Amino acid sequence: MKMLLRKLPWLIGTLLAVSLFTFMLVSLLPGDPAVLILGAGVSPEAIAALRLELGLDRPLLIRYFDWLGGALTGDLGRSPMTGQLVMDAILARLPVTVQLGLMAIVIALSIAIPLAMLSASFAGSKLDRTISGIGFALMSVPGFMMAIFLILIFAVTLGWFPATGWIPFSVSPLANLHNALLPALSLAMIELALYMRLLRTDLIDTLQQDYITLARAKGMPAWRILTRHALRPSSFSLLTVVGLQLGGVISGAIIVEEIFALPGVGRLLYQSILQRDLLMVQGIVLFIATAYVLVNFLVDLCYSLLDPRVRYAG
Amino acid sequence: MPVKKHPKIVSRAQNFARALQQVFGRRFGPGFWLAVVWLLIVAFCALFADWLPVRDPLDPVIANRLNGPFTSNLLGADGLGRDIFARLIHGARVSVVIGLTAVSIGMLIGGALGIIAGYFRGHFERALMAVLDVILAFPWLVLLLALVAFIGQSLFAISVAIGFLWIPAYARVARANTLSVVQREYVLAAKAMGASTSRILIKEVLPNVILPVLAYGLVAMGLVIIVESALAFLGLSVEAPQPTWGGMISEGKRHLATAAHVAVIPSVTMFLTVLSLNFVGDRLRSRFDIKESNL
Repeated sequence: MKMLLRKLPWLIGTLLAVSLFTFMLVSLLPGDPAVLILGAGVSPEAIAALRLELGLDRPLLIRYFDWLGGALTGDLGRSPMTGQLVMDAILARLPVTVQLGLMAIVIALSIAIPLAMLSASFAGSKLDRTISGIGFALMSVPGFMMAIFLILIFAVTLGWFPATGWIPFSVSPLANLHNALLPALSLAMIELALYMRLLRTDLIDTLQQDYITLARAKGMPAWRILTRHALRPSSFSLLTVVGLQLGGVISGAIIVEEIFALPGVGRLLYQSILQRDLLMVQGIVLFIATAYVLVNFLVDLCYSLLDPRVRYAG
Repeated sequence: MPVKKHPKIVSRAQNFARALQQVFGRRFGPGFWLAVVWLLIVAFCALFADWLPVRDPLDPVIANRLNGPFTSNLLGADGLGRDIFARLIHGARVSVVIGLTAVSIGMLIGGALGIIAGYFRGHFERALMAVLDVILAFPWLVLLLALVAFIGQSLFAISVAIGFLWIPAYARVARANTLSVVQREYVLAAKAMGASTSRILIKEVLPNVILPVLAYGLVAMGLVIIVESALAFLGLSVEAPQPTWGGMISEGKRHLATAAHVAVIPSVTMFLTVLSLNFVGDRLRSRFDIKESNL
């Protein structure tokens, strides 16, 4: 609790800076939003009127505080292009992206942890070298390439999964999972390699500690040592990286959602950028960055819950 | 009459062979040299794309449309009948140029900021780290898409945008290494001898920080190529007529069911290149014993 209070000012400061940066980044984009909305060849008066309506005539800083004030109450404005409330548009598409990201992380962890344990307990063996080698190769594959190969194998050749489309979980859970598996898998494959590599190094470190030798000496089976004694102290940097890699997952989601034509936040962002829907872009970027900062803040807090060494030191 | 042996010469030859083996064989293994050769080929293609005896990468020959490898075209033709082999060679140019420029930009700006922050500490360091934290709060692709929308899609603009993404990472590496170098005795000695700050930074700190920064460069270049291709895949990298690997994969996606080679061939080329960069970079880094945790 004390830690929470100590870190809170830092969190608020970061979030404010993130919002300012988002606003500046988007406001500096070229092109007058009014011209973009009305199209070329419209009378200057009409453009001036729309600028007035959108509040573009006011100074940048005032507009920022206005927007920030709205954002704090959950109002990110209304997209002048689609007429939709930005917040509504994000919330409508959020479940897809969250499900995709969570599935990807769960798949990646459930493959990476056993493999890393295998690798670490036979460190230096042929098995370890093979697993590490595959991990190394996976790190050289961009997400979109993985998606294309998965489509080629599982959708085009084998026909087991659909190549595009999305069915909401509430409509049919089974069909939803069937549709989501390929995209989630292509995201997971990239993360997997990173998780595996990290956990393997940490596990090898932990396995050399004295208490592991003790556990071995008293005749504890190797798998039990791994799961009961070694995994937890080795998992902290993995936890941090899972949090930090959320940015990578979101970046991957933009591409994967576009490839598989999934109605998620990433695709919304990409299309808003193509259409120069500035307010929408601004809102989505702020939303994503805020979520990212908050999640990593939570990961930091979890640290102290999981690791007594941090809890008592802090 | 038996031939008289010359033990000295033999042993010298053996020494030489052993030295050769040490440099080329055991230390790095054949995989390393295979990767180096591949990278040299890619670099050569990028440099001499215009003079190599390949077809015009932009010339659509409708008759060759979607032809497979080893038919009318060495590696087949794409959806418009353009020669894939020629497009690969010309596309290498984009990857190599952006890889080099972006990494240099990140290295120079990020490295300089990191060294200054690590040496002078204080307000500047705190402010820099805070700004880096804010930049890192944005997923890389989100930031990149916004930057590209802002500065355009020329080869240089894309390089700058991707280079910008690398500033935080390099600033951190340089800062962490500077922090440990500054505490060493020779820096203290230089200070005691009355060396100026700029002399200490350039003569004492820089040479010790530059190695980890450079060693990270190859791996960074692999990542830059991935990032660029992702951008190209979304149609936001260097504009249309110029072939890029990511763009070729993106075009090939349309023909996955009928002519998979259009997407697969550039994918494999890119994969091999990034893998080689990672492999060579990783080996060099472990050779110089640079810890990943410092990043």
